[in-house]
Amino acid sequence: MQRLERKHPLSIRWFHWINFVVLAILVWSGLLIYWANAVYGIRFGSRELFHFFPDSWFVAFGLNQRLAEGMAWHFFAMWLFAANGLLYVLALAISGEWRHLVPKRGSMRIAIQVFLHDLHLRKAPPEGAGDKYNGAQRYAYTGVVLMGIGSVLTGLAIHKPIQASGLAALLGGYDFARQLHFWLMGAFVLFFGVHVAQVMRAGWNNFRAMVTGYELTDIPEAPKSTPAAAPALKEKAG
Amino acid sequence: MSEIHDDPARQMRAISRRSFLWAAAAVVGAWGAIRWIASRRTERGLVWPLRRALDATDAFGQDFYEPARLAPTFDASRINAKPRVNGEEGQPEERAKDFELIVEGMAGDEPRTLRLKDIQALPKVEMITELHCIEGWTQTVRWGGAWFSDFVKAYPPDGAPDYVAMETADGVYFVGLDMGSAMHPQTLLCYEMNGAPLEFEHGAPLRLVIPVKYGIKNIKWLGRIRYADERPKDFWAEEGYDWFAGL
Repeated sequence: MQRLERKHPLSIRWFHWINFVVLAILVWSGLLIYWANAVYGIRFGSRELFHFFPDSWFVAFGLNQRLAEGMAWHFFAMWLFAANGLLYVLALAISGEWRHLVPKRGSMRIAIQVFLHDLHLRKAPPEGAGDKYNGAQRYAYTGVVLMGIGSVLTGLAIHKPIQASGLAALLGGYDFARQLHFWLMGAFVLFFGVHVAQVMRAGWNNFRAMVTGYELTDIPEAPKSTPAAAPALKEKAG
Repeated sequence: MSEIHDDPARQMRAISRRSFLWAAAAVVGAWGAIRWIASRRTERGLVWPLRRALDATDAFGQDFYEPARLAPTFDASRINAKPRVNGEEGQPEERAKDFELIVEGMAGDEPRTLRLKDIQALPKVEMITELHCIEGWTQTVRWGGAWFSDFVKAYPPDGAPDYVAMETADGVYFVGLDMGSAMHPQTLLCYEMNGAPLEFEHGAPLRLVIPVKYGIKNIKWLGRIRYADERPKDFWAEEGYDWFAGL
């Protein structure tokens, strides 16, 4: 037997998918801007291990010589990103959905269990299977909201370093704030990669819930029969 | 969590159909909107929907511009001894021998012609501020010269213009400034850099240093200042950048 369970409210599904499109535009247009002063890299001592990015990379992806266009897209999409993010946080707060998202006592322990389990370093499934989001998800989904706030603040600091000079100083000055803004972009891309991998692992039913709002759940075969088999532990991710 | 009984698999199919149709419409809509924006005619270097959006953001920035907020000043240890050179538009063939600064928009019909000594006769000031290039890099420099506000006191406009236009002598490079930013207490007519006379490639003999704007507004090889009632054209704003360009 199966039953339908409501999983994601309509508002959160819209905010999620709008954010996907807007963030994609921001990352792309941000790279058009970054090209004009592409100075960051991963350094080990005085050696640069990897430069973000080689010229050939910008050319191959058509990201060179488009600074003005990049700024125009970026300063358009930034409003959508901030508004959508604000509405998302408000919806979380009003609906009480935040309770599923914010880490609680024991979340760190479970997050470590999830991490080890997913890397096949731990056999036993993580605790807390009844929760909507496991400990790792709670940290990831709360963290990504904080990253969004960080991107808005560092963005404001480098967009208006004099009108918002207090904020810029708080973030270590113009150059450091620009670096933070860049690495936050990198963190979003990293988040995206792990998120997609986890959603693929979790399967269609889980993914479909982010579009439809509903998930099909197994109801354990119930009464009189012989000792019931333990209900299959379902993976919850995505 | 609410539960719905009565053949859940069938209900799931019905809900999925509806939701995925919405999703498909949203994908097509978003894609169509982006394609539409990207294929509009160009206005001042940008497709017009982006130009309008940028102008609106620009106006918003201008509304929030607060002239009393000063650009941070720095310790001499932060100075870039050899500041980066960028931008050759409007650079004369060679260093001008008889420098002239033409001022238009003062009382009377005739433009005024000033010499460097006229600017140097104004109270001399120094400041160590950052120059933010719109490309994303920054240089810290000790600038020396005369406050633009002192210049305006000495050579006042006729009436109360909202703008000031500045150009190189050949008119190849030109910037437009709102009077509010031009009159910012740190806007400088600059003839010295890091304690030495301004170098040619940095705009000698006279350039503008306006810390509340991106580098593109800090015009070099200044040859003409014109008080204006209408918003003057701006070299880079014609090429897709924002006109206000305030920091």
